Amino acid sequence: MTIIFDGLAAGMLLFLISVGLSVTLGLMNFVNLAHGAFAMLGGYVCALLLARAGVPFLLAAPAGAIVAALAGVVLERTLYRRLYGASHLDQVLFSIGINFMAISAAHYFFGAQQQAIVLPDFLRGQIKLPGLDVGVYRLFLIVIGLTLALGLQWLVGSTRFGAQLRAAVDNPRAARGLGINVERIFTLTFALGSGLAGLGGALGIEMLGLDPSFPLKYIVSFLIVVAVGGSGNIKGSLIASLMLGLFDVAGKYYLPQAGAFVIYVVMVVMLIARPQGLFGRSAAK
Amino acid sequence: MSTTAPDLSPLRRAAAWKTPELIFWLLPIAAYFLFPKSLSLLSQMAITALFALSLDLILGYAGIVSLGHAAFFGLGAYAAGFLAKYGYGDPLLGLAVGALVAAIVGYITSFLVLRGSDLTRLMVTLGVAMMLYEAANKLTEFTGGVDGLQGVEMHQVIGLFGFDLYGKTAYWYSIGVLFVLFCLARRVVNSPFGLSLRGIKQNVRRMPAIGAPVNGRLTAVYTLGAAYAGIAGALLTQTTQFVSLDVLSFPRSAELMLMLVLGGSGRLYGALIGTMVFMVAHHYLSDLNPQYWQFWLGAVLVLVVLFARDGVMGLAQKMIKAGKS
Amino acid sequence: MSAVLQTRNLVKKFGGFVATNDVSLNIERGARHALIGPNGAGKTTLINLLSGFLEPTSGEVVLKGEIVTKLAQHQRVKRGMVRTFQINCLFAEMTVLEAVSLAVCERLGLGGHWWRPLAAQRDAVDEAAALLASLHLADVANEQTRNLAYGKQRLIEIALALAAKPQVLLLDEPAAGVPTSESRELFETIARLPREVTILLIEHDMDLVFRFADRISVMVNGALLTENTPDEIARDKRVKEVYLGEALDG
Repeated sequence: MTIIFDGLAAGMLLFLISVGLSVTLGLMNFVNLAHGAFAMLGGYVCALLLARAGVPFLLAAPAGAIVAALAGVVLERTLYRRLYGASHLDQVLFSIGINFMAISAAHYFFGAQQQAIVLPDFLRGQIKLPGLDVGVYRLFLIVIGLTLALGLQWLVGSTRFGAQLRAAVDNPRAARGLGINVERIFTLTFALGSGLAGLGGALGIEMLGLDPSFPLKYIVSFLIVVAVGGSGNIKGSLIASLMLGLFDVAGKYYLPQAGAFVIYVVMVVMLIARPQGLFGRSAAK
Repeated sequence: MSTTAPDLSPLRRAAAWKTPELIFWLLPIAAYFLFPKSLSLLSQMAITALFALSLDLILGYAGIVSLGHAAFFGLGAYAAGFLAKYGYGDPLLGLAVGALVAAIVGYITSFLVLRGSDLTRLMVTLGVAMMLYEAANKLTEFTGGVDGLQGVEMHQVIGLFGFDLYGKTAYWYSIGVLFVLFCLARRVVNSPFGLSLRGIKQNVRRMPAIGAPVNGRLTAVYTLGAAYAGIAGALLTQTTQFVSLDVLSFPRSAELMLMLVLGGSGRLYGALIGTMVFMVAHHYLSDLNPQYWQFWLGAVLVLVVLFARDGVMGLAQKMIKAGKS
Repeated sequence: MSAVLQTRNLVKKFGGFVATNDVSLNIERGARHALIGPNGAGKTTLINLLSGFLEPTSGEVVLKGEIVTKLAQHQRVKRGMVRTFQINCLFAEMTVLEAVSLAVCERLGLGGHWWRPLAAQRDAVDEAAALLASLHLADVANEQTRNLAYGKQRLIEIALALAAKPQVLLLDEPAAGVPTSESRELFETIARLPREVTILLIEHDMDLVFRFADRISVMVNGALLTENTPDEIARDKRVKEVYLGEALDG
């Protein structure tokens, strides 16, 4: 039971970070392999505010999200925008370049060591239930993840912004004709995705760790979520994240010698079993 | 009805060796005498160039995007390593086995890779490479895991030239293999098969409408590219007498793409020149500033994508054209 | 009755939309058969079904007595049925001669040959050159396709199809986007094709259709309205209504 619980918590974290990638990839058709760099940025901001400025965790983590979102706005306006509609290969190369730069910069400013954070007391410890030890922090993650999943679903599915976004993606020209500011919608969406990544990075320090290699270390996991969940599909991302979290935790527990092998096999099998359906919209290109 | 015949000479000339090419191939000879102390770096350069060439075949000519080409490099490297470790140290045999193993895996995975969009291809190639990486990482009793595969002992090349301390044999051996395989690749891309690959890259919709079996062609070139990468991996094992887990890593695939794009893809020489530029830059920049060289690497990648999509070769061609007019 | 190409109850649905509705078509050997109908009638979808670009929801495509419904596009080309595209579908960065040589090589089964250079495949190159000469394209043979004027590119669209030596040629609006003066020339080229080549033509210009075709099928809303000789079609009230409607719209 504890394994299932831990797996769900890990999955929620994965969901927080990956859902932004799913949105840029699925809705904006942009392969942003630098997504993990935004998560890393959020993580460092949070860790620094905690350690050096003594900001409480519940403020530091959102601050990480906000800084990552702002960085997203700046980069989207200056660089990413030029590559909408470029080939996927160009987007991949470009975002790998951004990744390399982010890794080096993190190295330069913060050194190679793992960042450690001290969680506030009320998020530490365990709740003992019969047959199940619930880590408070893990419970916290699950609650946050669920809340955000519902919020996003509502945002994209039921608000004016969501409708405009879907219109802008389906047919940018027609959307422009209707007076929708497509550029602004894309910038906001990109910022939202980056911000969520930043939040995930901040909340994830405790479980995933944080060091300069973060963007490349976890990019595969993020991509798996998008691949399995179907890009641009919030519910799909959530389910895929939870599945991946469970597989990963259970794999490490029952088959420690196999390591990450399990999740790669899961991913490749999923891609082979449903190569088209998984990607929904982007496969149609 | 006027039926003047078209001029066939440009087509006939297309496959002929040109003077700049011949000069280019004098470079390895010159380098041998100019940089006798850097032979091991130069050998690595030749091996990496061969690896880049293998990616050019599948990406530059056929347009198959791969984020996991290191899988085949690593397979070749480990295959040659095991072979030599267990007593079959003949270099050419090692190359053949490396090529074969990589080709078989390439052939099998091609059926997975060819399905779906660019994005699926990126993911599947990445996934396959990561699987192999994890397998090599965990099967420590065979591969040595992160410590690498030790005890690779090589025999003499064609029974005549032993691998020496200065890396002279390693150098000429690497250059020789690169040159032979380059000539082969050159024939392939100038053949009707090569033309059909360009056709697939330029317009995959039209190819079936002129009667070309697209998937068959892609399988063939993917297998060929895998074999080339396998040979490059085997060469690295043989010349360094060691296999590091690194041969399968993601950065190796990513850097390879960078080298190709830097040089200009779909041109064969772009792969060679991109590798040279990259490795020389790597050598000097990481001397200056070992930790942060990755930053400049990233910056160059971003700039190339934004401003010089055809790489060094593309820029050179533009300048030559501008000079003429 | 020697139908070289038939469809039997062909249906294609995209979700709830029926693009091809129970189409049974017979094309006689050597026919100059035109397929007309208002925009959105499903003409291009039918070509896509015939050539194998799309798979039908139900029904069969029969080529020279053989059911080819399940065959891939390139296998249908090998059996002699070749199409052109309404919107240019060319090899932008190849020279014209390279592109046509490529198509000839594929027909001759040389496409997989990887040792001898293209230039050494003399038969293929000579045939490509002759084809270009016959289409008055000799002077642009060594130009890159993308640098050519639109009218020339339309000709190359046809040249690529002819390189496959079709027995059945499916022409999807060959003159689309070409100025009237040039489209006459284009049609003269098509009209000069040997009589044994069966042609199914989609075209909007009624003048061209009635001069060129010896048989006309009319499609409306995915279904066949009627099929007859040009004279009969010209007298058919229902056809007039369909086109009158369109003329008023556009």
